[in-house]
Amino acid sequence: MASDESAPRSNPVSPAPARSAPTQPEAPPPNPERRGALRQIAALAAGAAAFVALPLLRPRRALAQEDAPSPAPGGTRKPRWGMAIDLDRCTACQGCVVACKTENNVPIAGADQTERGRGIFWMDMLQTEEGEYPDLKGQFIPTPCNHCDNAPCVKVCPVGATYINEEGIVAQMWARCIGCRFCTTACPYTRRYFNWQAPDWSEAARHTLNPNVATRPKGVVEKCTFCHHRIRQARETARAEGRAMTDADVRRLPACAQACPADAITFGDLNDPESELSQLAKSPRAVRLQEELGTHPKVIYLREAKWQE
Amino acid sequence: MAGVNDFSFSIKPILDPIGKGGRGFYLAAAGLLMVMAVGVYAYVQQFVHGLGTTGMNRPVYWGVYMANFVFFIGISHAGTLISAILRVANAEWRRPVTRCAEVITVFALIFGALSVIIDLGRPDRLLFVIQHGRLQSPILWDVCCISTYLTGSLIYLYLPLIPDCAILRDRKIGWVWLYTLLALGYQGTQRQKHRLEFWISVMAILIIPIAISVHTVVAYIYATTLQPGWHSTIFGPYFVVGAIFSGLAGLMIAMAIIRKAFHLEGILKDIHFNNLALILLVMTALMIYFTFNIYLVEITGNEPSIMASVMEKVTGEFALPFWGMIVGGFLVPLVILSFPKGRTVTGCVVASVLILVSMWIERFLIVVPTLIHPRLPWPTGIYNPTWVEWSVTAGCLAAFALLYMLFARVFPIVSIWEVQEGVDVAIPEINKRFEGYMPDVPDEAGSAAFPWEGMPPHGRGEREP
Repeated sequence: MASDESAPRSNPVSPAPARSAPTQPEAPPPNPERRGALRQIAALAAGAAAFVALPLLRPRRALAQEDAPSPAPGGTRKPRWGMAIDLDRCTACQGCVVACKTENNVPIAGADQTERGRGIFWMDMLQTEEGEYPDLKGQFIPTPCNHCDNAPCVKVCPVGATYINEEGIVAQMWARCIGCRFCTTACPYTRRYFNWQAPDWSEAARHTLNPNVATRPKGVVEKCTFCHHRIRQARETARAEGRAMTDADVRRLPACAQACPADAITFGDLNDPESELSQLAKSPRAVRLQEELGTHPKVIYLREAKWQE
Repeated sequence: MAGVNDFSFSIKPILDPIGKGGRGFYLAAAGLLMVMAVGVYAYVQQFVHGLGTTGMNRPVYWGVYMANFVFFIGISHAGTLISAILRVANAEWRRPVTRCAEVITVFALIFGALSVIIDLGRPDRLLFVIQHGRLQSPILWDVCCISTYLTGSLIYLYLPLIPDCAILRDRKIGWVWLYTLLALGYQGTQRQKHRLEFWISVMAILIIPIAISVHTVVAYIYATTLQPGWHSTIFGPYFVVGAIFSGLAGLMIAMAIIRKAFHLEGILKDIHFNNLALILLVMTALMIYFTFNIYLVEITGNEPSIMASVMEKVTGEFALPFWGMIVGGFLVPLVILSFPKGRTVTGCVVASVLILVSMWIERFLIVVPTLIHPRLPWPTGIYNPTWVEWSVTAGCLAAFALLYMLFARVFPIVSIWEVQEGVDVAIPEINKRFEGYMPDVPDEAGSAAFPWEGMPPHGRGEREP
């Protein structure tokens, strides 16, 4: 609508030309003003939309960022923690199960409740059987959380209480969990546990609780954390000694790996091609549980033959 | 004012129960209150001591409460959806049925949502769903859809209630202040009537996709997981069909009770039961078709993890409820409703009770056998619901019934003005419509051959803009 002369000068973004051209009273038609008003409305709308949308877009990784990981062994790359469990070495002594319970303040449900399926075992011993007696084959499989890269539990959580942190650990915020148990049903490995009742610590147990791990209230879901508090400690120790954390620092870091008398459990960084874990992951013996589901577990089992055909 | 208070049929049986209750009412209310008290006590136990008071465990993380959730949401589809479809389709016989259907929706939805809250380990953190909600989670889809549906069906219940509140206000029956408030100054002028009808038809159309979305996303809670037997593309439509199926059964039972208790035999007539029974018959056939589809495909696929839960239903621990559901809940009602003699009030009630019980079992059999056979660990789970779960369930059902009873004592359970409108407007309108269906008549044939040509034009054309 503007005249030919004012057209090239008029900036569609600012109404300034209207003031700088007083000699042409006809030149600034009501358009710039209207455009200005429209722009204001648009800005207001955009602001309102942003105000509404921002909380939705807010990253859900506040806790992960607090962690502020130092450079991983081998460079500035973030680690991607994983675990290898050698079933050909495992003697099914359940040392890992007990060590995990003690380390992580996992409540003792008691014989009765455990019988009813209320026991909590971040590290559990899964028993499989094949065939009929006398042609019976058994296999014990220590099962921590698989810390899937494509975790079905994380996808379904309505409040972001479970998330994959920057180091690949599927973490759980028990202060956020509303106890809907959608994650526990979505997990194809059933590796998540619910607190059916408040933990009942005996007076003796109260004194031996691990101060590095928070206890959980009733009504929330809990799970294996790959002993992330130990990872943090190892990182801080390395930093205090003025060096980077090495594979040797983490090789037997989690409580289960530390307790294993057969040295069957190896912990490490899957992003570090030099780590022992990465080497083991390449082994022809390496399998993952239910790989066909596309969950990409980071717990790798080593075994000569597959246990289920 | 004219027209609001003049009726060509007896509205006495509809207005009689308003504002007062007989001995039967108080006895029933006392009984229901007692059941509710037990339910509340059970929930307090659960709240204090945790979900350990229920029979749930690992791996059966969900049980009776989730079955109740799907069941109540299903019942809620009776009302608004049926009423909306009948309104949109101009089914004239709907008029006395719509109100008692729409009330079911509102109350059933409340208890559906409540069932999930009861199932939460930390109900005190309920608002985290809004504060920290993740839209990627199917639970958030449910929160959105159910709250939209509840709002929509409240509006859809309220709009046709306005003229009836005006009638109660003008006749000074019951709580006049309440009806004056709710009637919003409705006087029945052409302008008000036109506006009201416009918004009722807008809501009727809007509510249909909302209702379908609700039960679809309820199904998504199951279908979006990797669990054997749940991870199925048919689950959304299957749940919607099951919802309308169980909802209709619930509606017929409610109608039969209302008819008996309020002596409404002259308004809720046999023909209404017959027509609803025909819809129910179609839904029964659809339900059988869907169930057949699911089990045939699962069994021929023969995937071990899925077969574990399927065989648990077909021959295992749940064989009795499963076959009871198939035969008692699907096949027997199919036979009863297929014959005109079965589509009487008694026949409808028998079929509806069978269907309602079976549909609760159906929901239970979706939740539990799959969880008993998770992909891992291989040993199977056990699930025995405790008294807490049964008491809370009974309490919810009792509270639902009590709210429904109270509603019928506060508001007319049959939409008076709509029934009257059927007399005033519908007959000429139907004649007009009927005329439109007939083949065009050449002029020389004359109007005498078609008696409907002489009928007065219908009311809508005469209305002021």
